[in-house]
Amino acid sequence: MTNTTVLHAKHLESGAKMVDFHGWEMPINYGSQIEEHHAVRQDAGMFDVSHMTIVDVKGPHAKDYLRYLLSNDVAKLSQVGKALYSGMLNETGGVVDDLIVYHFDATNYRLVVNSATREKDMNWLNSKAEGFDVTITERPEFAMIAVQGPNSKTKAATLFSAAQKEAVEGMKPFFGVQAEDLFIATTGYTGETGYEIMVPEAQAAEFWQQLLDAGVTPCGLGARDTLRLEAGMNLYGQDMDETISPLSANMGWTVTWEPSERDFVGRDALEELNRSVTDKLVGLVMTEKGVLRAGQKVRVGEGEGVITSGTFSPTLGHSIAMARVPATKDLTAEVEMRKKWVTVNVVKPSFVRNGKSVL
Amino acid sequence: MSNIPKELRYASTHEWVRPEGDGVFTVGITEHAQELLGDMVFVELPDVGDEIAAGDDVAVAESVKAASDVYAPISGEVLEVNEELEDSPELVNSDAFGDGWLFKVKAEDESEVEALLDAEGYGASIEEE
Repeated sequence: MTNTTVLHAKHLESGAKMVDFHGWEMPINYGSQIEEHHAVRQDAGMFDVSHMTIVDVKGPHAKDYLRYLLSNDVAKLSQVGKALYSGMLNETGGVVDDLIVYHFDATNYRLVVNSATREKDMNWLNSKAEGFDVTITERPEFAMIAVQGPNSKTKAATLFSAAQKEAVEGMKPFFGVQAEDLFIATTGYTGETGYEIMVPEAQAAEFWQQLLDAGVTPCGLGARDTLRLEAGMNLYGQDMDETISPLSANMGWTVTWEPSERDFVGRDALEELNRSVTDKLVGLVMTEKGVLRAGQKVRVGEGEGVITSGTFSPTLGHSIAMARVPATKDLTAEVEMRKKWVTVNVVKPSFVRNGKSVL
Repeated sequence: MSNIPKELRYASTHEWVRPEGDGVFTVGITEHAQELLGDMVFVELPDVGDEIAAGDDVAVAESVKAASDVYAPISGEVLEVNEELEDSPELVNSDAFGDGWLFKVKAEDESEVEALLDAEGYGASIEEE
């Protein structure tokens, strides 16, 4: 069965080419994914991310539960609305999913998890809740629209009420606030400033139309992928999965080891891996013609690895990739492309931020 | 349904061929092919003077999504390549049958062109996909 979001008709109105995305019929582009990519880097673009799963976690044990569930530590969140990126690990230290958690208070949190893993995640959240006094509630009645780019906040603000404008005034990155009927968060998946806005389904089409009228470019999954890859952000199922630890997925920074007495799912396995792990996620840059692709073999001095995500970077004008390779200090690697081995540069997996190259 | 000009001939591998007179033919990829591939980022072309044989992979159309071989629809000598594509590969997307042409061939045997699909035949072949 194919799911559609409440914005499906709006996508067709804008000439979207629709594809199946893990059971959801979603726009891949509205003509040109490269033009959509540039709109986000240079002006303002928007994505329908209503397929993503919103889950509220509430109750007296909400904080303790999340400190057990997640490898990052929600105890670090003291400010109202502050968000945290974390992996949710299994007992062997593999990544069940990556997610964002918003903190309202110690009894009230909101998670946003991936759509492709929705059922698995809900089962996982519930199975780990045993012994905790929490209620776990999916919130499918919200649509979600990501508005991203240097002019995105100004354009989105033209739709806000006075109270909503006040609520987001001076809001730092990685915060979320409920402002009247909208939940407005300064998060995203593009490496640009912007908002992710949860809007009640009944208002979503009108809200989308108003954003169009405000000059925000509709963007599909194609541009979403090139933008997140330029920003060095992982895609679940591609750059990591249940067999890959966060330490081998450039997510070591999301593991909070201290306090050492905090028990979280996967901790023991992860400590073991931390002593022995040899694979790292690195960035690759190729300035010659051609495009690095997921699945291509990579060689460094220490052995062989594989490209997990690769694309043409519209901002940089050449190809970039993320690859999992044996830990190395090599500054170059060899990639097998169409039966030839090509030399590429090894960099940290981050390529573009706020419209500019960080290479 | 994409546009399939009546006056061209087609290979089932999505190349088109246009007669320019004197046994010279222009070759490109169809609108349907560029739609499948999406935004073009590089086009690798043969060299002028290359002798190519029908069915050889002679060019690569690389989009954001995938790299796709382009096959010679007919045999002959490459007379000219579309150098505009070096800086503007997106011409293949915006004008597949016009400014997005790939190369020109001096046909070795013009009867090879007659053996290619006509617009109707090509239309039917992409219906089946």
